Amino acid sequence: MTATSAPARGGIESSAGGGVPPVRRRRWLPFSPWHLVLVPATLVLIFPFIWLLVTSLETPSEALRFPPVLVPHTLRFANYSDALNSAPFGRFFVNSAVVVVLTVLCNLVFCSLAGYAFARFRFLGRTALFAVIMATLMVPFQVTMIPQFIITKWLGVHVLAAVGINHIGALILPNAATAFGIFFLRQFFRTLPLEYEESARVDGASRLTVLIRVVLPLATPALATLAALTFLDSWNNFLWPLIAITSTNQMTVPLGLATFQGAHATEWTLLMAANVMSLVPVLIVFFLAQRYFIRSVASTGLAGT
Amino acid sequence: VAASGIILRRRRPGPGRPGRPGGARAAGRRVTASEQFAGWAFVTPGVAIILLFGAVPIVWSAIMSFQRNNLLTPSTPFVGLKNYRQLVHDPIVGQAIQHTLIYTALFVPGTMIVGLFLAVAMNRKIRFISLYRTAAYATMAVSTISEAIVFIWLFDPSYGIVNYFLSLVGIPQQQFLNSPSQALYVIVIMTIWGWTGFSVVIYLAALQGVPATLLEAASIDGCTAWRRFRRVTLPLLSPASLFLAVWLTINALQLFDEVYLSTQGGPLNGTTVLVYYLYQQAFMNFNFGYASAIAYFLFLIILVVTALQFRVGRRFTHYRS
Repeated sequence: MTATSAPARGGIESSAGGGVPPVRRRRWLPFSPWHLVLVPATLVLIFPFIWLLVTSLETPSEALRFPPVLVPHTLRFANYSDALNSAPFGRFFVNSAVVVVLTVLCNLVFCSLAGYAFARFRFLGRTALFAVIMATLMVPFQVTMIPQFIITKWLGVHVLAAVGINHIGALILPNAATAFGIFFLRQFFRTLPLEYEESARVDGASRLTVLIRVVLPLATPALATLAALTFLDSWNNFLWPLIAITSTNQMTVPLGLATFQGAHATEWTLLMAANVMSLVPVLIVFFLAQRYFIRSVASTGLAGT
Repeated sequence: VAASGIILRRRRPGPGRPGRPGGARAAGRRVTASEQFAGWAFVTPGVAIILLFGAVPIVWSAIMSFQRNNLLTPSTPFVGLKNYRQLVHDPIVGQAIQHTLIYTALFVPGTMIVGLFLAVAMNRKIRFISLYRTAAYATMAVSTISEAIVFIWLFDPSYGIVNYFLSLVGIPQQQFLNSPSQALYVIVIMTIWGWTGFSVVIYLAALQGVPATLLEAASIDGCTAWRRFRRVTLPLLSPASLFLAVWLTINALQLFDEVYLSTQGGPLNGTTVLVYYLYQQAFMNFNFGYASAIAYFLFLIILVVTALQFRVGRRFTHYRS
């Protein structure tokens, strides 16, 4: 603890010479008093995770005891294999992964193209189209979901079964481009200096080449933000899959988990094991890319400032 | 070649000024056919999807809200304002509005206070700080379904650990999600937990934008830590607070996942919120017309509440220029 307090004190002393000392603080603890707040707060925050894990390793009879068994006598990993045997969680994962990856990729491509055109080109109907897109941004999903269901059903029957009801394609296509993505990238592209694009055009590059070779590399932070936000949205989406998907082998993780809960509502150990399995991969992705997720979410908030 | 000559004559947009669409360009420039074509080619895939799955459904559901559409009969006759009249007289809609508003009124300030408190505590360079922050952020990765399942178990009336903790301080077993009077509050608690990471991130980012010089100046003037927070930090956070309030409210008014999973609107309609009722009407009773009317009514509520928030919020919001 002395190691942490030493530079802090040094900082105060050195600033006392030239700058302004913040309030002088007597150290009545060998560590920052904020730990006294943060440790309990963190425990409360992670307690659901801990209890989830503990229950997933208990025997069914241990889980159904009051007062609860706080530490299981033996770790029962069989809950996990039992859960895997009673629902195809591997399949849910593959489905979710396909939906999320394709949705993110489509959004990056389509929103870049459209956002760039709205930012830089002049063409007939641009203002009107952009206004329509902005209008859809304000409307909640519940308003559009019934017609979206009918349209998706029609598409599946008359155009392409793979994007119809009861196919994961139905979870990708309606979200393959979003008004938010187009608006967000357009705003970002407009802040870029025109010179690079102009000189590339003078050198004979096509508009598409300029976008891919010049603009998009400059826009990586914005693209990363859009990717992270789309990832979270797509991964968590529940209402639309609930409406669009009924067969088990097309379900995503949230929908599969919800269905599993409906069938095994009182088998807590099984349910928690299933829940752990559905949480761990996304937590790993989240921690690996934590920086991007945090920056992305933070930037939505700072947009208002 | 001709096109590039035109492009060379373009003006650079002013520093940091987005301006009107196209306003940054030299006005009155002749638009070439190739630019027209490129514009449409670039825009078409994205716009087509948004038109088909966003714009068309908006109009369609507006029309549907004036029709009788129950999927059973192919005909969808216009019934005028019947759906809306039914909505006004439906006692469950009244309850749903009440529950939605109570939920929103508790969830939004609750999440903001928790987020602000944690962000202020975490906005310092002390040991283990990244560990503390990560614990808060982790809730962002949890889907609403995972969150609901964990909390149903935590708050289980017979075997839940929350009842155990309550019993330690002498409070008798509660029914929680099985009780019409408590279920909604349990949902408030679980969703606050689920949104903690989000609000902490927003407030931490905003806190890092508070200039240290201002806080130092305030402490020279003899401000206590509380007064510095109240008079300097909090006003500087107000844009972030307004954003959070609006964002959380929009999400709260659309509450569905947790209700669907934990209570299905029960017990005794104690947790029926608007979107849940809308879902029931549309995809269980197949009253598409009536459900569309409810959807538009929800849209109206969201518009009114958000507009109010901006109006009231602006008075308390300080933008640094």
